[in-house]
Amino acid sequence: MKNILTIAKREVSGYFSSPVAFVVIVIFLILSGFFTFMVGGLFERGEANLIAFFAWHPWLYLFLVPAVGMGTWSEERRLGTIELLLTLPITPWQAIVGKFLASWVVVGLALVLTFPVIMTVNYLGSPDNGVILASYIGSFLLAGAYLAITSVTSAITRSQVVSFLLSVVILLFLIIAGFPPVTNLLVSWAPNWLVEAVASFSVMTHFEAIQKGVLDSRDILYFLSVIGFSLFTTGVIIRAHRAG
Amino acid sequence: MIKVRNLKKHFGPKVAVNGISFTVERGEVLGFLGPNGAGKSTSMRMITGFIPPTEGEITIGTHDIMENPIEAKKLIGYLPENAPSYADMSVHGFLSFVGELRGLSGDALKRAVGRVVEMCFLEGVLHQSVETLSKGFRHRTCFAQSIIHDPEVLILDEPTDGLDPNQKHEIRTLIRRMGEKKAIIFSTHILEEVDAVCSRAIIIDRGTIVANGTPAELRQRSDMAGAVTLRLHEVSAQAVKSRIDSVSAVERSIIVSESPVVLRAFPRKNGSGDELAQALGDLALRERWHLQELRSEEGRLDEVFRNITLGDSDTALRNGAAAAKKEEAK
Repeated sequence: MKNILTIAKREVSGYFSSPVAFVVIVIFLILSGFFTFMVGGLFERGEANLIAFFAWHPWLYLFLVPAVGMGTWSEERRLGTIELLLTLPITPWQAIVGKFLASWVVVGLALVLTFPVIMTVNYLGSPDNGVILASYIGSFLLAGAYLAITSVTSAITRSQVVSFLLSVVILLFLIIAGFPPVTNLLVSWAPNWLVEAVASFSVMTHFEAIQKGVLDSRDILYFLSVIGFSLFTTGVIIRAHRAG
Repeated sequence: MIKVRNLKKHFGPKVAVNGISFTVERGEVLGFLGPNGAGKSTSMRMITGFIPPTEGEITIGTHDIMENPIEAKKLIGYLPENAPSYADMSVHGFLSFVGELRGLSGDALKRAVGRVVEMCFLEGVLHQSVETLSKGFRHRTCFAQSIIHDPEVLILDEPTDGLDPNQKHEIRTLIRRMGEKKAIIFSTHILEEVDAVCSRAIIIDRGTIVANGTPAELRQRSDMAGAVTLRLHEVSAQAVKSRIDSVSAVERSIIVSESPVVLRAFPRKNGSGDELAQALGDLALRERWHLQELRSEEGRLDEVFRNITLGDSDTALRNGAAAAKKEEAK
């Protein structure tokens, strides 16, 4: 546990000693503000909730989260520091989890800094703050799932760009898996259970459920298992690379 | 401290390391020599537990690196090739980070960082970020991290690569000093380093050990070993050569240059260089040559290195088998 924290601490300070964290956080805040107020029309809706705010998160994260996570392992490999890190008396899991947690903290910080929208809706009306809290938790879990997937693509390649693009494609698929363009592809020939299965892979299905204020254990479990499975895969890939 | 038995590594169809065995005890500095791509770095990566071997056993202290990696890695300090480090960190931050993962904390960590900073002359750049450092400083920073926990085993992959002559000298002195108490393996392309630092050297070629011995023993394998070089004044080289060839201790002689007259005589297979030098000294006295120099050659490592690693693969394999046998006998 101590090793995980040591690694996470180093990674977080790494994020903030380069412009990455600042750029991502600022862009996230600007874009989420723009989409919430200008496109989503928070004021015009005349409702005291943050649906117009959270609905954009899966799409904003689609680009910003891979930008945070793309260097996690690819930079280690490119610079050769992975050789240093993995010959220290730590397990690869400690390194994987530590790095993942650090990137999650950065995205979490971006999320925390959106607190003015909560103040805004609370000032203008009386929203259900329970729902808002649930949505924040859901959004944080969503970001975690994205980051874990980016961790996998980052372990695959030495190139941050390749890692970024791979993540975006995978995440895009996970977003639209429940939407008609994808389900229509399957519906004509695939059995119903397969269509259902693919649709249930979609992050949207689970994220929307949480946004309604229902923290269903199945949805939480979905995000946690995506994180767990992805981090496990990261470990397998790193081990495979070392084995040559 | 370090035991390596029948170590093999295949990358797909390519055989990078093909069955090397050796041991390094505390107080020994083992030099790893070999041409590029001979398998030096791959071997070191396996010994430090970075990549798993295809076959073979590695024991550090009493721990098998595969079965008990954490305990084994605790005993090792490792300087990877090209001395990687986290560019965004300060020297102090980087050393503290490694120290913490090495299980140091509080005062012990502070003392350890202070110690290696002093040993590696890093005081001046302590709070500079690694990416702003010159190559020499970056190298020493990475070297410092490898000794921060005062390890019993030190694995150094080209520790003097890219350093200027003064820095090379500092690092060598450091390695030699630490070699008194630790088991050290280091790889190098610079043969003079072997003489300066190693108590024993291994030459690896195409994944096998082709020579294993003290620097002096290795030099003995050179053709030059035991040869005697003469420099003379006011005589004809040909005349001298014919006289030298008549000496019984001489196997053959060559004229190195006509003016000044320099000749080199090689001893017979089982004759010693000392005998030869004596015989030639006597000859010079008898002939009343104006001898300006008479020198016994020690043999040259670079020549041994070239002979061994450029030789046809058959010789390399035979040498490898012989070296392996010798190791087993130990």
